[in-house]
Amino acid sequence: MAGNTTKIIIVAQAEGEAASGAEETHDAIVVEGEHAPAEGEAHAATEAHAEVFPPFDPAGFGGQLFWLAVTFATLYLVMSRVALPRIGGILETRRTRIEGDLKEAERLRIETDRALAAYEDALAEARKNAHAIAEETRSSIKADIDNKRKSVEADLAQRVAEAEARIQQTKTAALSNVDAIAAETARELVAKLAGKVTAQQARSAVALVVKE
Amino acid sequence: MADPNKVDPIHQFAITDIISFGEDGFSFSNSSLFMVLTVGAICLYLLLSTTGRSIIPSRAQALSEMLYEFVANMVRDSAGMEGMKFFPFVFSLFMFVLVANLFGMFPFFFTVTSHIIVTFALAILVFLTVIVYGFWRNGPKFLKLFVPAGVPAYVLPIVVPIEIVSFLSRPISLSVRLFANILAGHITLKVFAGFIVTLGSLGFLGWIGAILPLIMTVAITALEFLVAVLQAYVFAVLTSMYINDAIHPSH
Repeated sequence: MAGNTTKIIIVAQAEGEAASGAEETHDAIVVEGEHAPAEGEAHAATEAHAEVFPPFDPAGFGGQLFWLAVTFATLYLVMSRVALPRIGGILETRRTRIEGDLKEAERLRIETDRALAAYEDALAEARKNAHAIAEETRSSIKADIDNKRKSVEADLAQRVAEAEARIQQTKTAALSNVDAIAAETARELVAKLAGKVTAQQARSAVALVVKE
Repeated sequence: MADPNKVDPIHQFAITDIISFGEDGFSFSNSSLFMVLTVGAICLYLLLSTTGRSIIPSRAQALSEMLYEFVANMVRDSAGMEGMKFFPFVFSLFMFVLVANLFGMFPFFFTVTSHIIVTFALAILVFLTVIVYGFWRNGPKFLKLFVPAGVPAYVLPIVVPIEIVSFLSRPISLSVRLFANILAGHITLKVFAGFIVTLGSLGFLGWIGAILPLIMTVAITALEFLVAVLQAYVFAVLTSMYINDAIHPSH
């Protein structure tokens, strides 16, 4: 770096206008470049002010340091006391707000899930109940129908039996009448054909025929 | 500057007193003016853009927040949560260097960071902060910084001096890196721009020949904007890393 700066200094010097004090100026610069600035400070400041490469001119150091200290301290104070806490506060507020919103959304989501589950439970329950009711109704109706059918069947069977009994009765009655009618008819017939036959004779003759 | 053949790339770095307070050298110069302007611009922007404290930021506020988060992440990544107590310091350094560099890109503006004394003062400030805080927090254990863990004992006589020298050269490298980048960039820019004027004074062919340095000037201007931002970033990153050394001296 030292080599570079010396070169730049020479360029600067060549660009400078004061030719008369060139030797002395050059010395001053070399002194400044090679030793600590404090040593060459007075020398350079008094004699080589105009020709020294400005960034290495110790004459400007004091003022720059002073104003740098003042301005940088001001900047640091404003930044650390006002600006950065404010921006940090804004970011923090936003972060908590977003976190709060996310938490709220999560809470609502869980609530929704719970409501949905409750709804599905209720639905399943209702479906089960409906099924049970339908089953019960169906079985009760079936029992009812069975009962009625049974009573109707019993009734019918009884009526059939009664009717059959009556038929049987009528039939026997009729049959017993048939003998009497046949005997009467035969006696009347025989009487017309061959004279009087007693009722007793006709009856025995019919009984003989019926037996055959 | 009236003579087009006389280009003086150094003139831009000259310090001229605006208000002189006598011979003691504390006069208000153009350098002081631009330090004040730099600090004023930073403070004004950050304070005005955040007055709304909006949850949904305006563009101006978004930029302030981005700068904040950028530096905050930088410090947190390099120096951890404990390093965040130095966040205002690193942020001030970053903003000061950044805005001073960018102000330097305006024609006729003075570049504060083109003076080694300024960059050196900032670097020494970082250096002293690291040393003072390092000893205050760790006591003598801070010296472990010079003894990397896991290095065999027989190598230590070589490693420890290297570590010490590299530590002591930090303020120099930190300040010279920034200063030299800005200085060299501005000189280069001025020299190339000077070529345009010099060639232009030669007549028509000169004007045609001046196209090349004109292109160079444009390209270097773009490059200088990059350098201005990059050097501010580098300065802040290195500061964060040095602060990390103060907090965790045993590598």
